[in-house]
Amino acid sequence: MTVRLIALLLLAFALPALALPATAQEEVVAGMSQNRVAITANFDGSEILIFGAVKRDEPPPGTGPLEVIVTVAGPSKPVIVRRKEKRFGIWVNTDAVEVDSAPSFYAVATSGPLSEILKNIDDLRYKISIPRAIRSVGAPMTVQNSRAFTEALIRIRSQKGLYLLDMNTVQVDQETLFNTAIALPANLTEGAYTARIFLTRGGNVIAAHETKIDVQKVGLERWLFNLAHELPLAYGILSLVIAISAGWGASAVFRYLRS
Amino acid sequence: MQIYLPIAEVSVNAFLLFGIGGIVGILSGMFGVGGGFLITPLLFFIGIPPAVAVATGATQLVASSFSGVLVHFKRRAVDLRMGTVLLIGGVTGSALGIQVFNLMRSVGQVDLLVKLFYVVFLGIIGGLMFSESLRAILRSRKPGARPVRRKHNWIHSLPLKMKFRTSGLYISIIPPLVVGVLVGILAAIMGVGGGFIMVPAMIYLLGMPTKVVVGTSLFQIIFVTGFTTLMHATTNQTVDLALAVVLLIGGVLGAQIGTQIGSKMKAEQLRILLALLVLAVCGKLALELLLQPTELYSLAEVGQ
Repeated sequence: MTVRLIALLLLAFALPALALPATAQEEVVAGMSQNRVAITANFDGSEILIFGAVKRDEPPPGTGPLEVIVTVAGPSKPVIVRRKEKRFGIWVNTDAVEVDSAPSFYAVATSGPLSEILKNIDDLRYKISIPRAIRSVGAPMTVQNSRAFTEALIRIRSQKGLYLLDMNTVQVDQETLFNTAIALPANLTEGAYTARIFLTRGGNVIAAHETKIDVQKVGLERWLFNLAHELPLAYGILSLVIAISAGWGASAVFRYLRS
Repeated sequence: MQIYLPIAEVSVNAFLLFGIGGIVGILSGMFGVGGGFLITPLLFFIGIPPAVAVATGATQLVASSFSGVLVHFKRRAVDLRMGTVLLIGGVTGSALGIQVFNLMRSVGQVDLLVKLFYVVFLGIIGGLMFSESLRAILRSRKPGARPVRRKHNWIHSLPLKMKFRTSGLYISIIPPLVVGVLVGILAAIMGVGGGFIMVPAMIYLLGMPTKVVVGTSLFQIIFVTGFTTLMHATTNQTVDLALAVVLLIGGVLGAQIGTQIGSKMKAEQLRILLALLVLAVCGKLALELLLQPTELYSLAEVGQ
């Protein structure tokens, strides 16, 4: 119940921020199983349940069935994509393209085939599909076939399970209730994640909702990470002390066992 | 059992890491090489980011070398005087090497140059050691054959001579200093302790007895890798303590076992095994450069 309350409160703040058609008759009321993901020492992935309902004052309009798209995005960072070519008999990195901004994690779950439930123009506007979520201003003129670099970025991250497109995994009940589960992989990086929910009818986005998910290291992970960045010299010395005492300890144990 | 590494930001199997540490530890104890040329590629292979793999590999080598050197100390198989001379050269070389590394990074192509270094040096050293130890084994099998006496060469006519009692040598300190500098440069560029270059250099260039070489090399590696760990921790924050601890628990146990195995084997056998291992790693890296990779594209963070 509290989760829903928080979600409602968040909704009140998040909604005005999103540019929506003025004629929005339907609204999203959403909640999720957790809005904090704690990365502990034995973290090996997590699953977030995202659910909600459509709030409307009138009966549903007849402009096509209601479809739902849910996205979860990690923090965006620039990425350099390099391509290898054969030079003098060996494979060498030659061309490089800097992609201005790509999310570290991006999952899209939909209630139907993405191309059918979302028009290209709304995809461009809300940046929903994976290629649209990546911002690339363009490659230098010297690089041929620069689109291949963005495709390679998506391919490599998809293979690592970082970019996911799960079609037909959002269940919609009687045009009102919906729910889905998004799996977060074990190789997650920390940061502020964003969950977005879009309602579409006839390929047009009619309502949107955005919530933050806080992904953070906790406990020992947090402590080590902070120490390494705030007191690097102490961290380095600690590493050496641990290494030398482990070496000495093993030697002493073996000597004791043999005698 | 999965473990999430706080600096590398990946989740890996703890037993796999333990095993890698153990295997590298055994080799380290047997041959007196730090095993950096094995552990760094192995960590890449299981998905640890290269910067973290290089820095944490160095931390692990401190532990396994320290564990190994204690055993050699007990056997009086460490030439402290020679070790110190090599070390002075090594730290100088390592500081130089870091400059070269940064220069290469600003040009790009660091991974290619590091790989080429690996292929060239592992190839030369592995090939030389293999043919030499094969000849030594064949010679010892021939009945009535006498071991060849150590020849005096140009190295013995250099000035600044010093007595190295443990090694039974009376030579100039210039060759060990030069060897130390060269190994230091290579160590910084390749992200290794340099044992696989140091060991053959001590045997073939300085003429040190094999039994002393291993302990002296380990002694020197502790300091070079310790220096590298501190440099990486303070400049790049890429030392992952969680990764290091799991690796080094395996590593120190392995080093103890390896030292026991090593003391039971003949020097020629040890050398031929090390040569084969070096050649295998060299071959693997050479193939990576020569064959078309399945994925032509690679990702890198901006600023790396």
